Amino acid sequence: MISLTSPIKTPFHKIPAGVKLGLLSLFTASLFLSETLTMHVGAVALTVAFYLIGGVAFAKSGFKMLKPLWPFLAIIMLWHVVTDTTPAGVLITLKLVAAVGMANLVTMTTRLDEMIVVLEWLMTPLRKLGVRTGAVSIAIALVVRFTPVLAQKATYLGQSWKARSPKRAGWRIVAPFALLAIDDAEHVAEALRARGGIRDETGA
Amino acid sequence: MERNLVLVALFAALIAALGLIPRITLGSGIPITAQSMGIMLCGTVLGARRGALAVLLFLGLVALGLPLLAGGRGGLGVFTTPWAGFLFGFPVAAYVTGMVVERVRTGNLNMVAAIASVVGGIGGLYLVAIPYYMIMKPAGLTEALVTAMAPFMPGDLIKAVLAGLITAAIYKARPSAVLSRA
Repeated sequence: MISLTSPIKTPFHKIPAGVKLGLLSLFTASLFLSETLTMHVGAVALTVAFYLIGGVAFAKSGFKMLKPLWPFLAIIMLWHVVTDTTPAGVLITLKLVAAVGMANLVTMTTRLDEMIVVLEWLMTPLRKLGVRTGAVSIAIALVVRFTPVLAQKATYLGQSWKARSPKRAGWRIVAPFALLAIDDAEHVAEALRARGGIRDETGA
Repeated sequence: MERNLVLVALFAALIAALGLIPRITLGSGIPITAQSMGIMLCGTVLGARRGALAVLLFLGLVALGLPLLAGGRGGLGVFTTPWAGFLFGFPVAAYVTGMVVERVRTGNLNMVAAIASVVGGIGGLYLVAIPYYMIMKPAGLTEALVTAMAPFMPGDLIKAVLAGLITAAIYKARPSAVLSRA
């Protein structure tokens, strides 16, 4: 499956994932604690500058990832204009652009496997408590593999519906779709059991 | 063990796939994404605990950087907005939905699952999402209700009804897979 990691290499790709995530947490926390306009403009400027280090094409794809945010920001601005609190609206808009932009930057410059390593490290205390974290890794692999498989099956279901009806399929294909997923699950579970089942690397 | 784990994983994939397929447009022309219906289905089919686990797994993969949210969104950025309360509310929604279906054993499943979806998928969800929005934005209650709840309410109610119908259909075809009633 295609992850959100950018194929355009930037210097940020070389920074260890854990360090990036730590710095991101610090950045986001201080952003949400600050209240001055200068801080907010500075945070947005820093975010834009970071994207530009990756080059114009990289910055453009980063900007594209912000697209779903605009309608929400429009609603917020509208509210603040109507209630006569425009400065507060500007502040929250800047805050969100910086926070989301910086978080996306980490996502765009970190590979999925690096993220999973950090996740596994974060789960270490759980493992010590006796939680079977090995199952989590298998579950992640299953989701990554089966999301495109199920999306494909949903497309086929939609096509066979269209072959019989001039109308769009709509919600009526969701039940047969869920049944396909359930049947797949039974088969995969059987296959896993046949291969020795899910063992935990800690033997817990 | 294997069966439950795989069902949880495949339902997480199901939520993702429901976000990838084109949006469902209802007769009246209201477009809704099927994804939050997937959250309700996790609860009604898998039950409270496993339903919530499937949703957590789904959210975990979104955070790791997979574009699994409806519209191909994903990554860490989606968790830093005031609307992230909806994401954090998803596992709660699935848990509460599942709990209602597990507790209410009488009556037909269609009805029970629809009501459970309203209680969990709407009640549970907004109970997390609205206070989160009020704190993170920050906003007053009226502002939160007007800008973050009202626009989604009609679609959510329709999804709850559909979740009931779909759950009953799944139970009819594969009763053993509906863990909330197993």
